[in-house]
Amino acid sequence: SENERLLQANNRELTSSFGYPDNAIKTSKYNALNFLPMNLFEQFRKLANAYFLVLVFLQMIPQISSLASYTTVIPLMVVLSITAVKDAIDDLKRHQSDHQVNNRSVLLLVDGRMEEDKWMNVQVGDIIKLKNNECVTADILLLSSSESHGLAYVETAELDGETNLKVKQALSVTNDLEDNLELLSTFDGEIKCDLPNNKLDRFTGILTYKGQKYLLDHDKLLLRGCILRNTDWCYGVVVYTGPDTKLMQNSGKAIFKRTQMDQLLNVLVLWIFLLLAIMCFIIAVGHGIWQSKIGYYFQIFLPWENYVSSSVVSATLIYWSYIIILNTMVPISLYISVEIIRLGNSFYINWDRKMFYAPKNTPAQARTTTLNEELGQVKYVFSDKTGTLTQNIMTFNRCSINGKVYGMHNCHKRLIKKYKKVDFSYNKLANPNFLFYDNTLVEAVKSGDKWVHLFFLSLSLCHTVMSEEKVEGELVYQAQSPDEGALVTAARNFGFVFRARTSDTITMVEMGETKVYQLLAILDFSNVRKRMSVIVRTPEDQLLLFCKGADTIICELLHSSCKDLTNVTMEHLDDFATEGLRTLMVAYRELDVTFFQAWRHKHSVAYLSLEDRENKLSIVYEEIEKDLMLLGATAIEDKLQDAVPETIITLSKAKIKIWVLTGDKQETAVNIAYSCSIFEEDMDGVFMVQGNNYETICQELRTARAKMKPESVLESDPTNICLPMKPKIVPDEVPKGRYGLVINGYSLACALEENLELELLQVACMCKGVICCRMTPLQKAQVVQLVKRYKKVVTLAIGDGANDVSMIKAAHIGVGISGLEGMQAMLNSDFSFSQFHYLQRLLLVHGRWTYNRMCKFLSFFFYKNFVFTLVHFWYAFYNGFSAQTVYDSWFIACYNLIYTSLPVLGLSLFDQDVNETWSLCFPELYEAGQHNLSFNKKKFMDCVLHGIYSSFVLFFVPMWTICSSECSDGKDISDFQTFSLIVQTSLMCVVTMQIALKTTYWTVMSHLLIWGSLGFYFCMLFLLYSDGLCLMFPNIFQFLGVARNSLSETQLWLSVVLSTVLCVIPTVGYIFIKPLLFPVSVDKVGARQLPRIRHCMKYPVPPPKRARLKRPSFRRSAYAFSHQQGFGAIITSGKMTKLRSKKKDKLLRKSHLMLVSHHRFQASSQTSNVEGVERDSVGLPPARGRVSSCPARLPGLSGSFQGVTCEALVGRGGSRGERA
Amino acid sequence: MTWSATARGAHQPDNTAFTQQRLPAWHPLLSASITLPLFFCAGLAFLGLGLGLYYSSNAIQELEYDYTGDADEGSCATCATEDQGRAPPPRCSCSWYFTLSELFPGPVYLYYELTGFYQNNRRYGVSRDDAQLSGLPSALHHPANECAPYQYSAGLPVAPCGAVANSLFNDTFTLWHRRQPDAPYVEVPLDRSAIAWWTDYHIKFRNPPLVNGSLALAFKGTAPPPNWPVPVYELSSDPNNTGFVNQDFVVWMRTAALPTFRKLYARIRQGNYSAGLPSGAYRVDIAYNYPVRAFGGHKLLVFSNISWMGGKNPFLGIAYLVVGSLCIVMGFVMLAVYIRYQDQDDDDNDDE
Repeated sequence: SENERLLQANNRELTSSFGYPDNAIKTSKYNALNFLPMNLFEQFRKLANAYFLVLVFLQMIPQISSLASYTTVIPLMVVLSITAVKDAIDDLKRHQSDHQVNNRSVLLLVDGRMEEDKWMNVQVGDIIKLKNNECVTADILLLSSSESHGLAYVETAELDGETNLKVKQALSVTNDLEDNLELLSTFDGEIKCDLPNNKLDRFTGILTYKGQKYLLDHDKLLLRGCILRNTDWCYGVVVYTGPDTKLMQNSGKAIFKRTQMDQLLNVLVLWIFLLLAIMCFIIAVGHGIWQSKIGYYFQIFLPWENYVSSSVVSATLIYWSYIIILNTMVPISLYISVEIIRLGNSFYINWDRKMFYAPKNTPAQARTTTLNEELGQVKYVFSDKTGTLTQNIMTFNRCSINGKVYGMHNCHKRLIKKYKKVDFSYNKLANPNFLFYDNTLVEAVKSGDKWVHLFFLSLSLCHTVMSEEKVEGELVYQAQSPDEGALVTAARNFGFVFRARTSDTITMVEMGETKVYQLLAILDFSNVRKRMSVIVRTPEDQLLLFCKGADTIICELLHSSCKDLTNVTMEHLDDFATEGLRTLMVAYRELDVTFFQAWRHKHSVAYLSLEDRENKLSIVYEEIEKDLMLLGATAIEDKLQDAVPETIITLSKAKIKIWVLTGDKQETAVNIAYSCSIFEEDMDGVFMVQGNNYETICQELRTARAKMKPESVLESDPTNICLPMKPKIVPDEVPKGRYGLVINGYSLACALEENLELELLQVACMCKGVICCRMTPLQKAQVVQLVKRYKKVVTLAIGDGANDVSMIKAAHIGVGISGLEGMQAMLNSDFSFSQFHYLQRLLLVHGRWTYNRMCKFLSFFFYKNFVFTLVHFWYAFYNGFSAQTVYDSWFIACYNLIYTSLPVLGLSLFDQDVNETWSLCFPELYEAGQHNLSFNKKKFMDCVLHGIYSSFVLFFVPMWTICSSECSDGKDISDFQTFSLIVQTSLMCVVTMQIALKTTYWTVMSHLLIWGSLGFYFCMLFLLYSDGLCLMFPNIFQFLGVARNSLSETQLWLSVVLSTVLCVIPTVGYIFIKPLLFPVSVDKVGARQLPRIRHCMKYPVPPPKRARLKRPSFRRSAYAFSHQQGFGAIITSGKMTKLRSKKKDKLLRKSHLMLVSHHRFQASSQTSNVEGVERDSVGLPPARGRVSSCPARLPGLSGSFQGVTCEALVGRGGSRGERA
Repeated sequence: MTWSATARGAHQPDNTAFTQQRLPAWHPLLSASITLPLFFCAGLAFLGLGLGLYYSSNAIQELEYDYTGDADEGSCATCATEDQGRAPPPRCSCSWYFTLSELFPGPVYLYYELTGFYQNNRRYGVSRDDAQLSGLPSALHHPANECAPYQYSAGLPVAPCGAVANSLFNDTFTLWHRRQPDAPYVEVPLDRSAIAWWTDYHIKFRNPPLVNGSLALAFKGTAPPPNWPVPVYELSSDPNNTGFVNQDFVVWMRTAALPTFRKLYARIRQGNYSAGLPSGAYRVDIAYNYPVRAFGGHKLLVFSNISWMGGKNPFLGIAYLVVGSLCIVMGFVMLAVYIRYQDQDDDDNDDE
């Protein structure tokens, strides 16, 4: 079958006939035999290496060989062997890890017995047994498990980064095999399924067993790389092995990111080739003329070779000879040096203690070593919110009860440290981690204030939190959203302890006294209702409804008698909102028994109706949620990570634009944007783009643009909007004032589809901050790509979750926050660390340094090679264009590789133009990198010109010095070898002086490398020109005695000094004058600013004080709920279907477990969008639709508690079609 | 495996100055107080040095004569026309007469200078076998391929092989002095020893080991270069100056860097002439053998004396003077710029 895979359990003969691979994996590329040829082949695929190989071959042609071939062979060998060694080490590591994985042991069913075997020996069709906490060996079809209904739980963190457990369920027919080895070994099911593919969530197949066909889906497939959890054992039949497994199919080729510098280098190398060709052409023409004018007649002393029939032939040959001679224009060691520099600078990142997070023991990691200098050029940062900017920890911070504010303002807390935490020792069940700073509230509780009691009672009753009490008195709450958890924990600490719940009771410990409340109904949260209520019967037989929700909603439902209280509370809410706190209003209502009975009847009817249930329910809910009495309001702090606002302010000063891309809802995102200073109080405006069709979005965008920059709209007639001719690059526009933009995912998708992307980009780039909310992972990547495509800037994406992977991969640089959620983001990132605020150090310190070092390196590297090579060009005019080199061929071989490589590497590993404190104090310094000012095509041209000038000096000064000249003992010194030596020595001095001028940070290493290299050159000189060596190989070392004779001549030293000074003077002058005439920011941080900087360091600028301005009310609606459907249905489901089973306890425990992991998963609100994507892909409306669809499925499910587990798997359930 | 990679087991990075990039360092800044004095000082130093060089170069006397014979009324013109189109050219002699009105201070050096002669042509320059010249017997009989077409001559290996050796300069000069107008010319002794580099003569160039005490036998089985009238072992009668260690040969084999070059021919430092050439009439007898007119070359004879920094070469002196003044001018320009813009910068800072 072409498109299907066929296999039969326990039938190796059949499956082996299809030639499926075994379960061994091979991530290594080479083995001992093929390493050399394959590695060399790989290396010669690189343009530069291939070029040098061609050169070596050219040099082997005697007719054109102008240089000894070792001048190219030796450097090429060195470069190739360094790379080969690195590749070999990498491959060795892969071999080891392969070996280790392949030799893990697995239990295999052979002839009715379980036998231990190695992973690599597992074949398709084998039946294997997995135990709890074991890694899944291959992609296997679940046959049976120890758990009821054939369930098996797996952790998929390694695959998709989600840490929650997922449930797999075996077909009931196979689950009946249980762990009966006899039955299992006679199981002969035939499976037809998809060919191996990389779709983690897709698997279809048909199991034919005993004549029946059963449909298989991905819920029955355990994927390699998962870990079996909470399942004692399970059996499965192997479907995909080794390279066919979804894990291996996914771990395919990592995307290879190249920096802009790489691209620039490629362009420059092409330019150099062009220049080389032109120069060689000029020389070839010159040679032709020379040969016909002089060379022809010079044949009495130098006859032409017999293959040279005319000067044209000679010129053609000389063209190639000069290609060989001038090849050093393209520096052979360029690429390898660039790699070494990046590697070195990566190590600095790994080693940086200031980016090491001690609590988690995680150092920063440069996972990619090829992107470092781009860290110094970042213009756009795309950040995830939850887990990246925030810690995803909610703390109950303040509250307003009956018109009185409790709790401490954040700023006060920071400024006045003497405020003591509240002592909760009176309450044995208090959570020790809970901190509160206002004693008056405790006193109010203790004094028995009725309102305070009711307030906390409502907090401790009105929620869907589950509690777990493994050890007496140690309560662990499993909340669906961290906000809820924070509220219930607060109530618990103040003495209203929610202790346990069943489906219809809530056990409380109220001020030390245990009470049981009858839970009559949960009016669950939904995105439309923005509130939730519970109806309870108190032990005093009172019927109470407690409601909490968004202030805008609750206000409408309040009883008219609370009007005054409402106004006061609203003011408090404004206060809270200004602080960036997430607020909720709390209210209650006493219910009349008869009224409630009537309502309850309506409720059941609505609940059991099959059509339009959601709607009917909410109407019923509204009937009872009215005439509420206001109790107060809560304020929860969504705790930012350390130093986030400071970091963002610093980054903004560095002109880095920060966009927050979050799956969270708008209100929360905007709130966070304010609290971490992406938006500021005094901004000129914040635009909301919420439309969902072309016209509205276009209108919204154009209004925004008109406000920010009216003239830009004037020129934008309709053609501008439609943009039929898409420009390649959208230019930066500077708006009047500072604005913010908020756009939600739906509008964004619409804008991208409807050809509004440029319009959107224009507006977004004019804004100071951009918040994109309710984004799917795909959209995050789209936004990044949009900016990447139309802006010639470097983008950086930072995130922590699996949903950030796409954006991390899409951006030029991906940064993973290692820590909370799975490792997926980190594994796909280029750099990882565990605190957001390390970003400023990564960019402003490491990035800037690396960028500057790289630029210095490149400009110097090109310079030194131009100087070196162009001397040959000048010399051509004096030697009949005969491809005579200026230097000794040993010098040519060693120059790049030995004499000048170390100082320039030292420069690019140790140089710091300003130290880290200044870098952080003056973020403006970062701008040079964003506009790529330090090395670009213009700078390259400067290098070329500088090189031409220096080579001119280096050729003509020695030439005129020795021209018809004699030394002090009367012997002539106009010989070629002396000339070579002077030029070489001058060149070394000039290059050394130039690098010394470039070095701004002289460490011991710099001195050692720079002066050491010069010294080493002289040592080598005396070695290479020594008697012994020259006499041993007279034809290879021909410069016998030249160093001795020439270096004792004053004249020649005077010439060296003259060349050096002539080359260095302009540089010194330039360095001195440039900052005066054209100061850039870094010059302003020069010596003259030293006092100011010292001042800065002594008195760090205090964090900017938050202006307490009244803000537009939209921010207040940041109600503290997750936007998910609550757990209400799960809690009450037991009640609705009055069934009890013996397995209840076990399953309850399991459901709790599920909830734990589920909670962890749901808590990060944007992660939920992973599901959103799945949903979108099957054409369901996002989130909101899902909320309504869940309870509807309830009645259809058999068995009471299975419902619980199913519901815990909201959105993943799908139909479990057992039979096809 | 991607999924087995973890960050666990990581340790806090070492707190060393190297890993934390805190190596103690000197952070020099090219401030005005350093740069400007540097320019002025360097300028002055260069001016001083330049003046010294210029005057010492100017103090050197040089006397040169182009004896190529191109359109020249000198006696060498005849030889020049005779050599047209004949190689090897016939032996021809001519003379150069000159008069010194005062003492030409010694020690005086006699050079021959060739122009338009491309000893630095690559193919010319490589056409030699240093192994052969260092006296290796194996190389003597198997000259390097670079020597072609002067590698084998009539089946015999050429010694010394190659174009460089083949084109050995073979004009010879004798100097005659007449103190009084009617007195006879007296030959001025030319010291032709030690005109080559010490290292070349003593180390680099070696004759092959003698066979039975005879150099001629050592060279048995080799052919002289085609242009040579005599084999290499007969270059001189002095056993220390023949074969590969012949001084003229060694001097010639040190190829020049530029198409115009001088090579030392002899020193005049013996007898009455140790103080220099006294006034009087002089005659140089030239054995005109070497053809250069075919390719537009020239042959010159040069008498020169030497100062502490070598021969006459005004370039260094002038260059030093120019660079020195350039430094000072630049220093003033920079000072002006500094004064002008420094204030502005300060204003900027005050504004901030």
